[in-house]
Amino acid sequence: MVMEPMEQRVWARYDRRERWMRLAVMLLVAAIMVWAVRDVDIYWPWVWDAPVQIHGLLERMWPPDLRRANDIFAALVETVHIATLATALTIFAALPVSYIAAQNTTPNKACLWLGRFILVASRSVNTIIWALLFVAIFGPGVLAGILAIMFRSIGFVGKLMGEAIEEIDRKPVEAMEATGAGRAKVILYAVVPQVMPAFFAIIILRWDINIRESTVLGLVGAGGIGVILQGAIDTFAWPTVATILCAIILLVLIGEAITSLLRRKVL
Amino acid sequence: MSSTPHHWRRQPFITNPWLRWTLIIGVLTYLGWALATLPFNWQRIGEGLPRAVRIFGGGLPPDFDRYQLLLDGFKESFQIALLATLLGVLLSIPFAVMAARNIVPRPVYLIGRAIIIVARSFHPVIVAILFVKAVGFGPLAGILTLTLYSIGFVGKLLAEEIEEIDWGQVEAMRAVGAGYLSTLIFAVFPQILPRQIGLSMYQLDSNLRASAVVGIVGAGGIGSTLMNAFGRYDYDFAFAILLVIIVVILVSEGISGWVRKRVW
Repeated sequence: MVMEPMEQRVWARYDRRERWMRLAVMLLVAAIMVWAVRDVDIYWPWVWDAPVQIHGLLERMWPPDLRRANDIFAALVETVHIATLATALTIFAALPVSYIAAQNTTPNKACLWLGRFILVASRSVNTIIWALLFVAIFGPGVLAGILAIMFRSIGFVGKLMGEAIEEIDRKPVEAMEATGAGRAKVILYAVVPQVMPAFFAIIILRWDINIRESTVLGLVGAGGIGVILQGAIDTFAWPTVATILCAIILLVLIGEAITSLLRRKVL
Repeated sequence: MSSTPHHWRRQPFITNPWLRWTLIIGVLTYLGWALATLPFNWQRIGEGLPRAVRIFGGGLPPDFDRYQLLLDGFKESFQIALLATLLGVLLSIPFAVMAARNIVPRPVYLIGRAIIIVARSFHPVIVAILFVKAVGFGPLAGILTLTLYSIGFVGKLLAEEIEEIDWGQVEAMRAVGAGYLSTLIFAVFPQILPRQIGLSMYQLDSNLRASAVVGIVGAGGIGSTLMNAFGRYDYDFAFAILLVIIVVILVSEGISGWVRKRVW
């Protein structure tokens, strides 16, 4: 092969085909964006006005009003209760689902698909939408909130647990089966001990997420801090809103601190 | 050991009995306390089952007659998600730079971190309510909300990515006397851009999901349609919307998974 002289060689990161492909993708993305901006139902004067309005809102919030601190604290405790109870219930609901949704432990194909369907349906419907449904059924209150969080968590916990179960070592299971142990015993002695660490990690992770999620349940009437937040917003009590928002940040930070502590201690 | 016991006992998960029993008693006490303090309206809950039957009876079969409304709602959700992802991903770059310990002075780092923590602490629905109050009902509030949400998520991961870059290239740039901006553009960004593309895809997917819920508080998209259907006890249409949401999310998950596999 004859090499061209050094000075004539062109260094290029992409060859011609790659360049055209990149250009085409970029043009496509740009075209979609232009379509979205032109087509979306935005009233542009409001856009230019937005910074002023947001600034105004922040000004109305300052200084935070601490008079309802007791109510807010009680609501925060309720929020934590909802998140914790829902996480605890999720454990019982998600374990059987993850068991039938894992390829190596599921009794048959029908169960496998049933398990997968439950997991997907649970994860695709947002907590707030679950909450809407349960508020319609059980009326406003914490039960609707707990069930909403639980139904949302089943998909998350079940999916990760199913993956953990699929990765277990087959040998203890085979050993148990060889001694003639029944299905319940195999699960209890051969499967459960192997997935325990993963199980705790997943539950702790989900508890942290659930605290965030449970702060909004009240907006559709399902209990927790969201109820007084909605009340304060509806009555234009902006300084109280500011206090509630600060309280939520604090709660989320504390939750994160606790989970990282637990993760280091337990695992 | 003089005699081996005949019965093998399973090893408890927590070996220390003190710790184990403290934990068990603690958890039980907590559960009792939580159940005792939470206000359950048992009478109202008791009416739930017949109500559930009525709701599901009204919701099944789902009603797709008003598919035009459904399509419009989804189109708007899609536009909200697209625009918010674009804005959020672009804006996340400066915030990520601010929140990376290794390339900015400490005060800037603290400000950047604080912004990202605040953006991440609030559920998008709460942010959406505030934006609806500030800029009015409609997709604009949704776009602003999801932009903030994207800044929080992408900014955080990108900042961690910047903190882990190969420092040699930065040193090389500095050694030839490059300024701060050129160092950033030529030594830092090329290292984080591949990751940024993957994150953008993920964020688009996650914004599409979130755009379905910000509408519940009036920030545009399919959520608004869903909320209206629920509000009018129009359960068969609401169920149709829910079904389509599940399908759309599955499809978008599939697509974004495929694209990310191709990009990485």
